[in-house]
Amino acid sequence: MRYEAPKSMKEAVGLMAKAKGNARVLAGGTDLLVQMKSGMVEPDLIVDIKHIPATQEISKNGKGFKVGAAVSGARLRDHAGLNKAWPGVVEATNLIGSDQVQGRCTMSGNLCNASPAADSVPALVAAKAKAIVVGPKGKRTVPVEKIPTGPGQTSLKKGEIIEAITLPASSAKTGDAYLRFTPRTEMDIAVCSAGICLTIGARGVIKQARVAIGAVAPTVVLAPKAARAIVGTKLDDAALEKLAKEVEKVCAPIDDKRGTIEFRTEVAGVLAKRAAKIAYARAGGK
Amino acid sequence: MSSVHVSTTINGDAVEYVCPVDETLLDSLRDRVGLTGAKEGCGTGDCGACSVSLDGQLVCSCLVLGVEAEGREVNTVEGMVQDGELHVLQSKFIEHAALQCGICTPGFLVAANALLERNPNPTVEEIRYGLAGNLCRCTGYDKIVRAVMDAGKEMRKKNKSKGKKR
Repeated sequence: MRYEAPKSMKEAVGLMAKAKGNARVLAGGTDLLVQMKSGMVEPDLIVDIKHIPATQEISKNGKGFKVGAAVSGARLRDHAGLNKAWPGVVEATNLIGSDQVQGRCTMSGNLCNASPAADSVPALVAAKAKAIVVGPKGKRTVPVEKIPTGPGQTSLKKGEIIEAITLPASSAKTGDAYLRFTPRTEMDIAVCSAGICLTIGARGVIKQARVAIGAVAPTVVLAPKAARAIVGTKLDDAALEKLAKEVEKVCAPIDDKRGTIEFRTEVAGVLAKRAAKIAYARAGGK
Repeated sequence: MSSVHVSTTINGDAVEYVCPVDETLLDSLRDRVGLTGAKEGCGTGDCGACSVSLDGQLVCSCLVLGVEAEGREVNTVEGMVQDGELHVLQSKFIEHAALQCGICTPGFLVAANALLERNPNPTVEEIRYGLAGNLCRCTGYDKIVRAVMDAGKEMRKKNKSKGKKR
């Protein structure tokens, strides 16, 4: 195995593109090192992207935030601007593992690990986050929901690396939230989860909404019909019930030791209702 | 497996070692540098027995490659003793009998130290969440939480008197 720590994206992409055998990107390493330990992956090349300045930056402009691919959960936690604009995204990321894991884990890594139960992903999808992907053919911007294609599988092509994740500009009338169900309060993997982002207009009526559900299908599911169930409402009980029903319809989970199909489906609906209420309050709705 | 030469700083001292590229920082610390305070419990980032700080950030050293320490600062439980005196947390762990077999203790000390640095006056709940990444199979956690609460209190007192002297 070879270890490289390039200083530029161009160099990193070149290494990944030219690599023979199994090449893996190392950001936080909280998934990669576990997989190496278990023998699940045996990389021939590891490209550590943490020395590339763009991967370490959190920047803000008129279009919103850009969070580098190597920015840890701990840095998101300590970033006042992101906490204010995207509390749901930050909370979701901070649910990954322990404080120790937070010191290393990244949103981009969580996305590329492509677990259906990834905590940050439903929140990112709801927030309309995009991945800036750099590859041998240049740069492209992809909605985050297009990155994972199945458990452990992504749409990234050979040589492609995520440089950063962008989050749109948020307003005082936009709120987001993420909730998951776990049997334990900490250090657990979501049995199912829900991320919601909504914007309210005059008199507290919801103008736009996005609903993303985790751990109920091979990838995180964006649920436009569930979102439509609350758009045009003030999130009254009838709208919440309809939201839950639409969420249940998109659920196609598996039965496993963490939860049954029935349990995951029902709880996903409940979490969506609760997350919607939090997002609504954060958007200034009463 | 190719090996690499690593120059790093551990507990304030310049240290060099050579390790295979797929070796974890935990193994480098234990087997190359001879610092056996950090322990391997699970090797997958669940138990926290291998906790160290890397550039001031609490991490599981089993989830860091030894080669990643190049040019960075590592602090381990061995660095907590200052001038031959135990750190307040270490004294309080002894006083409250916050350990039995002791294998989790170095990790708890390093993690509790990081927690108190960030939040000098934590609630019981904050301590329990903050130390959720450290597993202890002996004590039931209660004594650990009490030791951290007490250590926090003493450290705040010390910092206050330091402030007055200035």
